[in-house]
Amino acid sequence: MVNKEWPLWEVFIRSKQGLNHKHVGSLRAADAEMAVDNARDVYTRRSEGISIWVVESNSIHASHPSEADSLFEPSHSKVYRHPTFYEVPDGIEHM
Amino acid sequence: MKELDIQELERRFQEKIDNDIKIEPNDWMPDNYRQTLIRQISQHAHSEIVGMLPEGNWITRAPNLRRKAVLLAKVQDEAGHGLYLYSATETLGADREDTIDDLHSGKAKYSSIFNYPTVSWADMGAIGWLVDGAAIMNQVPLCRCSYGPYARAMVRVCKEESFHQRQGFEIMVQLANGAPEQKAMAQDALNRFWWPSLMMFGPNDAESKHTAQSMKWKIKRHTNDELRQQMVDITVPQIEILGLVVPDKDIKWNEETGHYDYGEIDWNEFWNVVKGNGPCNKERVDARRIAKENGMWVREAANAHAIKRAARKAS
Repeated sequence: MVNKEWPLWEVFIRSKQGLNHKHVGSLRAADAEMAVDNARDVYTRRSEGISIWVVESNSIHASHPSEADSLFEPSHSKVYRHPTFYEVPDGIEHM
Repeated sequence: MKELDIQELERRFQEKIDNDIKIEPNDWMPDNYRQTLIRQISQHAHSEIVGMLPEGNWITRAPNLRRKAVLLAKVQDEAGHGLYLYSATETLGADREDTIDDLHSGKAKYSSIFNYPTVSWADMGAIGWLVDGAAIMNQVPLCRCSYGPYARAMVRVCKEESFHQRQGFEIMVQLANGAPEQKAMAQDALNRFWWPSLMMFGPNDAESKHTAQSMKWKIKRHTNDELRQQMVDITVPQIEILGLVVPDKDIKWNEETGHYDYGEIDWNEFWNVVKGNGPCNKERVDARRIAKENGMWVREAANAHAIKRAARKAS
């Protein structure tokens, strides 16, 4: 079956050494190697990257927006996980 | 979670929009919002792709290597912009191939400006300066559009397009300061592209059927007439610096409003071109359709190559 539509790939670019790969968009290509080549042309025409990841879009499993409350709400009440929760007396340094 | 009725979902949706919270692909959205975005983003994508044609016309005849490299880079950017935008339509569930076929069948529109011919090198100047200038004016507010993927695509597009306008203006500056024949070429290109560029902002506010809803959804942030006025106000002083003449006998600074008054746009011409009867409509759509048909073997070959490569890896 050679006349099927090319699969969709999500593209991630590392802009410079020391930074994460970051999602920049998507594109279509027949396979992973061609997806990397296409990503070079579509997403790094102005030296935006030094490394490219491509992941076939249907391999990505995402949380659903309707689950956002049950997933993320529990951490909202746990302010004691942040350093600003704690009182430090005046005059204390290096903490 | 209990089932929410549609009105409650719509209320929450509008609340998010009102609070400037972006809408992302998997979020619930009203069907009309989705359809409006698919229509707008795909037409925007088509405009980028069809927009490659009038300029592609001059790549082989650019006056020197520098101009040729610049024009190639600009046209390549436009292909890239089309691709960002087709990807954005796919996040809304639109099928890319269907979207492109809608262009070829005439069902989907694209910016009417690209239905005008590019008859002289000066047109490359006028297009970069005026057409990209108008496009940037439209696109900058779209960077704050409520739909995340569209807004993000626009940020990239705007960043890349600022060189497009400058290179066009540079061409105009050189021609306007050149021999009398060159200056006449620049004036002629301005004469032909001035009015179509103002038409790019779409019909007058009173005639624009989508504006009110699109503004409520924060897809659109300014009305067509607001943006058009901004274009006139910014461009007239640039025309004066070039030493060219605004091709509008009614153009006049209005002290009271702080804006330029300008003449009536020929809306008959606008609608005629939108309906497919412009000088190059048929040529443009034919070129796209033929490109798809003639490129079919490349897409099939890529698939065949992918299958072969996968088999080789597996063995």
